[in-house]
Amino acid sequence: MSASLATVSYIGATILFILSLGGLSNPESSRRGNLYGIIGMTIAVLATVFGPRVTMAGIPWIIGAMAVGGSVGIYAARVVQMTQMPELVALMHSLVGLAAALVGFANYIDPVAGMQLSNAEKAIHEIEIYIGILIGAVTFSGSLIAFGKLSGKIGGKPLLLPARHWLNLLGLLVVLIFGWQFLHAETVNAGMIGLSVMTVIALLFGIHMVMAIGGADMPVVVSMLNSYSGWAAAATGFMLNNDLLIVTGALVGSSGAILSYIMCRAMNRNFISVIAGGFGTGGGKAPAASGGEQPAGEVVAVSAVETAELLREAKNVIIVPGYGMAVAQAQHTVYEITQLLREKGVNVRFGIHPVAGRMPGHMNVLLAEAKVPYDIVMEMDELNGDFPDTDVAMVIGANDIVNPAAQEDPNSPIAGMPVLEVWKAKTSIVMKRSMASGYAGVDNPLFYKENNRMLFGDAKNMLEEVFVALKG
Amino acid sequence: MTLMIGIPRETAAGEKRVATVPEVVEKLIKLGFKVAVESGAGDAANCSDDSYRAAGAEIIVGAPKLWAASDIVFKVCVPTAEEVGLLREGGHLIGFIWPAQNPELMQQLAAKKATVLAIDCLPRMLSRAQKMDALTSQAGVAGYRAVIEAANAFGRFFNGQITAAGKVPPAKVFIAGAGVAGLAAIGTAAGLGAIVRANDTRAEVADQVKSLGGEFVKVDYEEEGSGGGGYAKVMSEGFQQAQREMYAKQAKEADIIITTALIPGKPAPKLITAEMVKSMKPGSVIVDMAAERGGNCELTEPGQAVVKHGVTIVGYTDLNSRLAKQSSTLYGTNLFRLTEELCKTKDGTINVNMEDDAIRGLTVIKDGVVTWPAPAPKLPAAAAKPAAAKPVAAPAAHGHGGGAPMSGGKTAVLFGTAALLFLLVGAYAPAAFLGHFTVFVLACFVGYMVVWNVTPALHTPLMSVTNAISSIIAIGALVQIAPPLGDGLSRPDGWIRGLAVVGIALTTVNMFGGFAVTKRMLSMFRK
Repeated sequence: MSASLATVSYIGATILFILSLGGLSNPESSRRGNLYGIIGMTIAVLATVFGPRVTMAGIPWIIGAMAVGGSVGIYAARVVQMTQMPELVALMHSLVGLAAALVGFANYIDPVAGMQLSNAEKAIHEIEIYIGILIGAVTFSGSLIAFGKLSGKIGGKPLLLPARHWLNLLGLLVVLIFGWQFLHAETVNAGMIGLSVMTVIALLFGIHMVMAIGGADMPVVVSMLNSYSGWAAAATGFMLNNDLLIVTGALVGSSGAILSYIMCRAMNRNFISVIAGGFGTGGGKAPAASGGEQPAGEVVAVSAVETAELLREAKNVIIVPGYGMAVAQAQHTVYEITQLLREKGVNVRFGIHPVAGRMPGHMNVLLAEAKVPYDIVMEMDELNGDFPDTDVAMVIGANDIVNPAAQEDPNSPIAGMPVLEVWKAKTSIVMKRSMASGYAGVDNPLFYKENNRMLFGDAKNMLEEVFVALKG
Repeated sequence: MTLMIGIPRETAAGEKRVATVPEVVEKLIKLGFKVAVESGAGDAANCSDDSYRAAGAEIIVGAPKLWAASDIVFKVCVPTAEEVGLLREGGHLIGFIWPAQNPELMQQLAAKKATVLAIDCLPRMLSRAQKMDALTSQAGVAGYRAVIEAANAFGRFFNGQITAAGKVPPAKVFIAGAGVAGLAAIGTAAGLGAIVRANDTRAEVADQVKSLGGEFVKVDYEEEGSGGGGYAKVMSEGFQQAQREMYAKQAKEADIIITTALIPGKPAPKLITAEMVKSMKPGSVIVDMAAERGGNCELTEPGQAVVKHGVTIVGYTDLNSRLAKQSSTLYGTNLFRLTEELCKTKDGTINVNMEDDAIRGLTVIKDGVVTWPAPAPKLPAAAAKPAAAKPVAAPAAHGHGGGAPMSGGKTAVLFGTAALLFLLVGAYAPAAFLGHFTVFVLACFVGYMVVWNVTPALHTPLMSVTNAISSIIAIGALVQIAPPLGDGLSRPDGWIRGLAVVGIALTTVNMFGGFAVTKRMLSMFRK
């Protein structure tokens, strides 16, 4: 295959990738979108393997590596539980990051790669290598920690080292100094010192950054790492003078960046303050400041049977799921109840907050897995106005995303965060294991509202009881 | 020790309610109490002795026996002297007492060394007291019934209809006083299809009136009418004058007037004069819910429905008994909630905890000592008037880069920075780099446009598919494995190949895994 043919194939692949992302604009076209992605990837890989840059000697190696990687990947995709999707995605990001770093190293020790370059070009090339490895390493270690946090192997609590911002700054300084040293290195071996030191610092930085971020900020972290993996690919593209890599990396990078932005907006938080870690520490208003506004009133508990009665008599029901539903694996029972109610003519809908769960769209995937039709699963903005006409709003394992303090109490740490206005429904039922406050550590005045009922217990067990009571 | 709760038959003339119903008996027994019901107590409220028995209560024939057997007596009406005589020495009594109006009764009860909880003395401002608020629950029932009585006496439809026989205009209902009873009446009348207007001296109820489908009619006069504790107060002369004018106007227009105006401890205000009644259309109806306290209408005859000047004036004082089952169920539930507060241990004993604001307010006599009136409950000052918290404006909807376009200044800064950046790149970067840079910037832009169109429901598949696509890095590794080498060139083959093979393996995990898992996810999304 000639070089031109390879380039044309790359253009084709690029277009297919764009179509693939475009297809996700609705569930109907999304399946075809995924197919476009697969075709694009196949074309890109084949064009490379049979292109001018790979000789026959490499084929056995390539086939071997791809067979191993491919079977591992397909196996993982088959066995993964839908509730584990965030972990899987985080783990995959780490692979991209690691691969980017490895490619960067390989490129650096390859004398052929930078041979015909002028001085300025050489400097740029080396900066590209340096940055590519930097991003790759941060993505790798950050994603690994995110994986650990999401799978529960590492505690969800933010780890806040003293003077952590200074530590990060120091790291950045060291990276810059060694970058200078790296650029002026005469030999590959001398350059390796700067490169290695930088890699270690980048790895530590990735760990430190994600460790400082708490569980419920994970949607931002996951999408941010998604973005990083894209930028890593783009940096590799610059390094290798490969436009396909640049385009694809930029697509992925901007996709992740937009997702992070959406997630941050949904929490009414600044991207920087999320990344800086901790909660409430970034804005300078301690959560304790709201201590004076303890919600007054009393919590009214109900039983599963009473819940079933409320549901049976309702005409309009909105279910608001949160991370608690994912933890309890309750989505299938939720679907059974939904189906039963819909057969009785009850209008059941789902209200999804953008940051519900641990990654963007987490709840949608869980509900889709449980066969809930996607046309009754609504975004927050779509149905927030409908709560006053709703008879029962059922909150399953969510807390901060339904906290009225976000609208009513300007001193609340979550003030201004868009929330689902469940308290405007005639009755709201909150399913929770205990009265503990949510991730933000803010007491939820919803629980004390007159029209709110609490159904304490494990979401799945409780919902099963509700289901039995509904059927009986 | 398990206490016995006794439910006597109400002895007041025309009283059909009963202090508890079988469904509530079950709940009381679950709390650990025993329940005794006087035979025939619930007959008028459609609760037979058998139904009580089925719920686990004991049926006792005759009031004396029942009172003697009961540790705690639940009553609806104010007890008579005779009933107080039956109360066991040191016993407990829960029900309506109205201590201000019945000082003699208080003395008799105190002499009995009794502990008396007057449900009418509940501190209504406490939000947790609302579930025990029998005044509210009974007023709600009465308000509903008042509309039904009005409909009964009214000769036309409530809702407007267009029939083959012609057009029927909707009835116009005016409701004076938007307390609990008034609000219930507004909701009921609006539900029947009438045009509902309402007035109250407390301007803050206007929103509640609107929420129930009524229209709030203002009195054209500035004065704050809230008398504390959620009740109304007597208004100034100037206000009353303006109010009279407004009522006169409403009387001419309305088909039905329902009055609910009461001021605590005072006779009901006379809102509707004989003149106003005369000005009403023949066939109109007035339901005077304040009849028991003298009535809001000058022509009301308490306990009667009379026709004067062609207007039916309903002055029933037993609206609750006219809906006995519903009233009893709600009242019984109120008392049950109170019992729950008294019996937090759920072992069938009670603890009259005078530290508890709600219980302190309710308790008018404790072990023979009169404790009425209770000191004002310690309320958080802030709770009375919720801090004028304006809803914090939520950011606008999903779309390209958020809702409102950026401010001019921000845009200028953004463009300025971008221009500077491009200038720097243009000045120093070599031509080859610029080509790639162009591609990069354009691709970012395309990505931005494409990704904003992705529906939020598919954000997880978006992440997994972008993840799969980012394994395009494999190409970087592929070209390193065995590139065609120029003559005389050598390179550290082993190292590079090792790194590249690992890189390929890692990225293919992603490539295959990412696409496969996306496919799996997307196939689950269905209508």
